[in-house]
Amino acid sequence: MTDIHRTIEAVWKIESTRLIAGIARVTRDIGIAEELAQDALVTALERWPEEGIPENPAAWLMTAAKRRALDSLRRGHMLVQKHEEITRELETQQQRLGEAMNQALDQVIDDDVLRLIFTACHPVLTVEGRIALTLRLICGLTTAEIARAFLVPEKTLGQRIFRAKKTLAEAHVPFETPRGVELRKRVESVLSVVYLIFNEGYTATTGGEWMRAALCDEALRLGRMFVQLLPDEPEVYGLLALMELQASRTAARRGRNGEAVLLRDQDRSLWNFAQIERGMAALSHAQKLGGGAGKYTLQAAIAACHTRVRTAEETDWERIVLLYDALMQISPSPIVALNRAVAVGIAQGPAAGLDALDAMDRLGTDSGLAGYHLLPCVRGDLLMKMGRFTEAREEIQRAITMTQNLREQELLTERLKQIEKAALSA
Amino acid sequence: MRFMMMVMPEGYESAAPDAVPSAEVVAKMMEYNKSLQQAGVLLALDGLLPPSTGARISFSDGKASVSDGPFAEAKEVIGGYWIIQVHSREEAIEWARRAPMANNEIIEVRQIHEISDFPEDVQKAAEGFEELTNSAAAKA
Repeated sequence: MTDIHRTIEAVWKIESTRLIAGIARVTRDIGIAEELAQDALVTALERWPEEGIPENPAAWLMTAAKRRALDSLRRGHMLVQKHEEITRELETQQQRLGEAMNQALDQVIDDDVLRLIFTACHPVLTVEGRIALTLRLICGLTTAEIARAFLVPEKTLGQRIFRAKKTLAEAHVPFETPRGVELRKRVESVLSVVYLIFNEGYTATTGGEWMRAALCDEALRLGRMFVQLLPDEPEVYGLLALMELQASRTAARRGRNGEAVLLRDQDRSLWNFAQIERGMAALSHAQKLGGGAGKYTLQAAIAACHTRVRTAEETDWERIVLLYDALMQISPSPIVALNRAVAVGIAQGPAAGLDALDAMDRLGTDSGLAGYHLLPCVRGDLLMKMGRFTEAREEIQRAITMTQNLREQELLTERLKQIEKAALSA
Repeated sequence: MRFMMMVMPEGYESAAPDAVPSAEVVAKMMEYNKSLQQAGVLLALDGLLPPSTGARISFSDGKASVSDGPFAEAKEVIGGYWIIQVHSREEAIEWARRAPMANNEIIEVRQIHEISDFPEDVQKAAEGFEELTNSAAAKA
């Protein structure tokens, strides 16, 4: 890629979201809007290498998109037939379209971007479709980049995006920002998409998976964007806080050989404290907005319990248990219950932790965890601390058979050795 | 990747200690800052007092000597900075191009070293670096 092409790509990353959002205000169809924007990009790729980058690239691209829209209208490709205001008469159509595009060109408003986000994350789409559209339309990633990040062939990803756009068009999803009760639900849908993108990057294990790891940065950028667009929604800040606090530990999460390092064993000097500051600021903002009981804000508050102390020993586990109690109230899940049991085990002793695990069994909340190696792993840990070494050994051995991950197996084998040692000295 | 965009305002090398930008200039700058924030790329920003309020500490022969500002020999001096997180050097440059600067003003764009990019021995020597940035941030 030449310098000018890299520059054009950079301009695209900066301008594409607002460009597509502005065009979609006119076309009411984000698939068509993206096609027109892409056409404008192609024109730019043809002309800018010779003419140089224009003074105002955004306006240039919007004008190019307008020409394309008028062209296709003239040729009878009813690209914009969905615009409800456009009448049947071609001339009037052209005039109206031109005016509407000029208006969009003058000012892309934040509402347009917000509508674009809500449409890309619309519940009518599959979760995979929402993620792909969001990365493509809001983050300006190419199909190839998204495919690499999700470890799927580019063709598969292209089809996924194509299907998503088709679904939106067929379902006549309006290009609008939901209101009232609907807004809360739709915000939740947007936030879950962003958090899925974040987690996809957060679970990337090797340095070679840089494109996957880059998803964390994309999600963080989305989070920072959304707090600007939805400044009254506490959970938007809560999610941003959660992501900043989790990402702040990235450098400490893996050992030299790529093995997972548990929170209590992490070298805290590797944490990114500037990022922790940002996370804490977002968390306190979420709480000020009254979001203290939201699911992301609660998880951020739990993460903050770890990041605000200098050593693992200083961690306020009683508070963490309370926060998990609250989280279980509003968003119960087997994973939350398991994490709560771990916290109880530390705060109130291994016997209490074991009780919490048994309570999970009784409630049947472990159904989702069947086959999940961390369940016997946690149980084994608690039993070991209680001096019940034979049972502890059985649990850890069970955990080893349940994970395919070699590094996890190594860690668990190490744990077995610890149990043997503890049993001998007991 | 993170970049620092350093602003070098025209004539700032000889600006009076109490020099402040006009409301008009600040309003334009705020509009630009807002666009960085809305795009989700802005991590930090600050403006600096003129060099006439500063000092330079130079080192030679193992000795530090202090001279008060302004600094006669300085041509372009920093008046403020942004830290942004973007995908590429080109994207940082494109953001810099959009800043509302006057004639003869300069923005220098420089990538920020990530400790994780260093070789292992340098990383080891830099242990605790992130904590330093914390104490700095906590004081702010």
